Amino acid sequence: MISYPVIEAKAFEPNSDDPLHINAPLVADWLIQFLRDEVGRRRGFRKVLLGLSGGVDSSLVAYLCARAFGAENVYAFLMPYKISSAESLEHGNLVVQQLGIHSRVIEITPMVDAYLSHYEPDASPTRIGNICARTRMIILFDQSAKLNALPIGTGNKSERLFGYFTWHADDAPPVNPIGDLFKTQVWQLARYVGVPEVIVNKPASADLIVGQTDEGDFGISYKKADRILHFLTQGYSPERLVQMGFPAEEVELVKRKVDSTHWKRHLPTTAMLSTTAIGEYYLRPVDF
Amino acid sequence: MQNTVFRVAVGQMCPEKGHYRRNLEIIGALISQCLQMEPPADVLVLPETATTGYFVEGGVRELAMSAESLFNDLKCLYSDLEPKHPIDLCVGFYELYQGEYFNSALYATFTPQVEHSSLNHVHRKFFLPTYGVFEEERFVARGSRLEVFSTRFGRSAILICEDVWHSVTSMIVALKGAQVIYVPTASPARGFQGDVIENVDAYRRMLTQIASEHTLFVVQSSLVGFEGGKGFVGSSWVVNPFGKVIAQGPIGQPALLVVPIHLDDVAIARAQLPLLSDLRSVVPDIALHLQQILCEERI
Repeated sequence: MISYPVIEAKAFEPNSDDPLHINAPLVADWLIQFLRDEVGRRRGFRKVLLGLSGGVDSSLVAYLCARAFGAENVYAFLMPYKISSAESLEHGNLVVQQLGIHSRVIEITPMVDAYLSHYEPDASPTRIGNICARTRMIILFDQSAKLNALPIGTGNKSERLFGYFTWHADDAPPVNPIGDLFKTQVWQLARYVGVPEVIVNKPASADLIVGQTDEGDFGISYKKADRILHFLTQGYSPERLVQMGFPAEEVELVKRKVDSTHWKRHLPTTAMLSTTAIGEYYLRPVDF
Repeated sequence: MQNTVFRVAVGQMCPEKGHYRRNLEIIGALISQCLQMEPPADVLVLPETATTGYFVEGGVRELAMSAESLFNDLKCLYSDLEPKHPIDLCVGFYELYQGEYFNSALYATFTPQVEHSSLNHVHRKFFLPTYGVFEEERFVARGSRLEVFSTRFGRSAILICEDVWHSVTSMIVALKGAQVIYVPTASPARGFQGDVIENVDAYRRMLTQIASEHTLFVVQSSLVGFEGGKGFVGSSWVVNPFGKVIAQGPIGQPALLVVPIHLDDVAIARAQLPLLSDLRSVVPDIALHLQQILCEERI
């Protein structure tokens, strides 16, 4: 009896990071070109500025900017609040020293607490976090006007999809080089460009409460979430992802976070009354 | 009279978004560079929407122009250079034609006796990408013709960008006699997992397949520069009728790529591998299948 050898195709491995792998040198070169083109050629700026938290996202952006524009044209603002960890400031300074970029520490505590102590002493940590983020945005845009430098965004794709940012604050800078990179891809690129390991390896944190971590807030690790986000954003149904081996409760958690935050990834909703409604009928790109 | 050896220059252009006059200046500079080469380049191929930039959305209404207007502007540009040599130009632009907007590319010949210059052909993009980042069908109408036209350098055709993602378009122009296919392109980069950007590799695979299957030259000119975060890849490919890449433009950078073309290679390749002849012999059967598909769709 004839019996051919059976060769089974390799089964899908839900714990594999392969789908999230990036060619880091290729991406770094591309993002540097992007920064030069969008900041310089399209918008006419020679200098850039960013808020440097001491975390991996803003550190990575600082490294990319230094390579794109030269350290002398990059201005980093470290803007701690009274409960920010000392380690954040230390790591921010480490990046500044390694790159030789300009830096300035502007404490936001007096600004934030002036409002809180006078009007809202009982504000929740979430509200305080939003006030801090919007205060930092005010400073960045004011410094932008002062220095004639363009603010650069530092939000990654995972937190954008989770809505884990403050609307019209973290997302306000007009140019963002890492917004299409999942957090796990940010780690890959950060290692390649030379962000210190101590920054890449530490747990990501919004640094609003002592001991707070992003993953603790989410209820899922970035590694797990990014794998699910990768397939969800491509159009795979939750049922299909469960069939592929992803835990149902994790798929549901990720999907719920994405579905409940679409509004944060859009401009305000405007009542349409005419056939020339801006952004609906009257469509012109940002660089027109 | 047809020349069998010519030099094609591929301008990987980075247009200023919406600034037609500024982009004409860039085109003028590229023509000037071509004419000053020793020997001069004979054909300059420029990307899709080279006169305006690609992602202009409703701005098409403000930027579209007739092929004749563009031809006349190009003629003035060329004439101002006080040229001693002729040059052919293939360039992509948003066209206003008979009351509709199109994503088009024209092919024209400019001669030192400017009144003898001619607008040889206009191709209107056949396949309009309208998915993901692309919204073409929302802003321009679909062209319906796939034609081959005579030039000083053989029978030629133009296919724009997604036109070449469908094998049927190159099949039709090959059957109609094309020896060279010009491919003005605007392709925003996506896919950074592998050794090269995914759509750079996709174009290499498609264009080498088209060239080897139909035994003709393929000359792509691909846009560069970022538009609203979307970076055009460049990496223009020039492929010979044996399916070999004879030149590749740099990734994402403006450049003028100059490549000698020996049209005799078309006949040599077709004699070695008569795939086009085989294809031609089964055209009636293919037509029957297409007819069948049409009838089934009607049911």
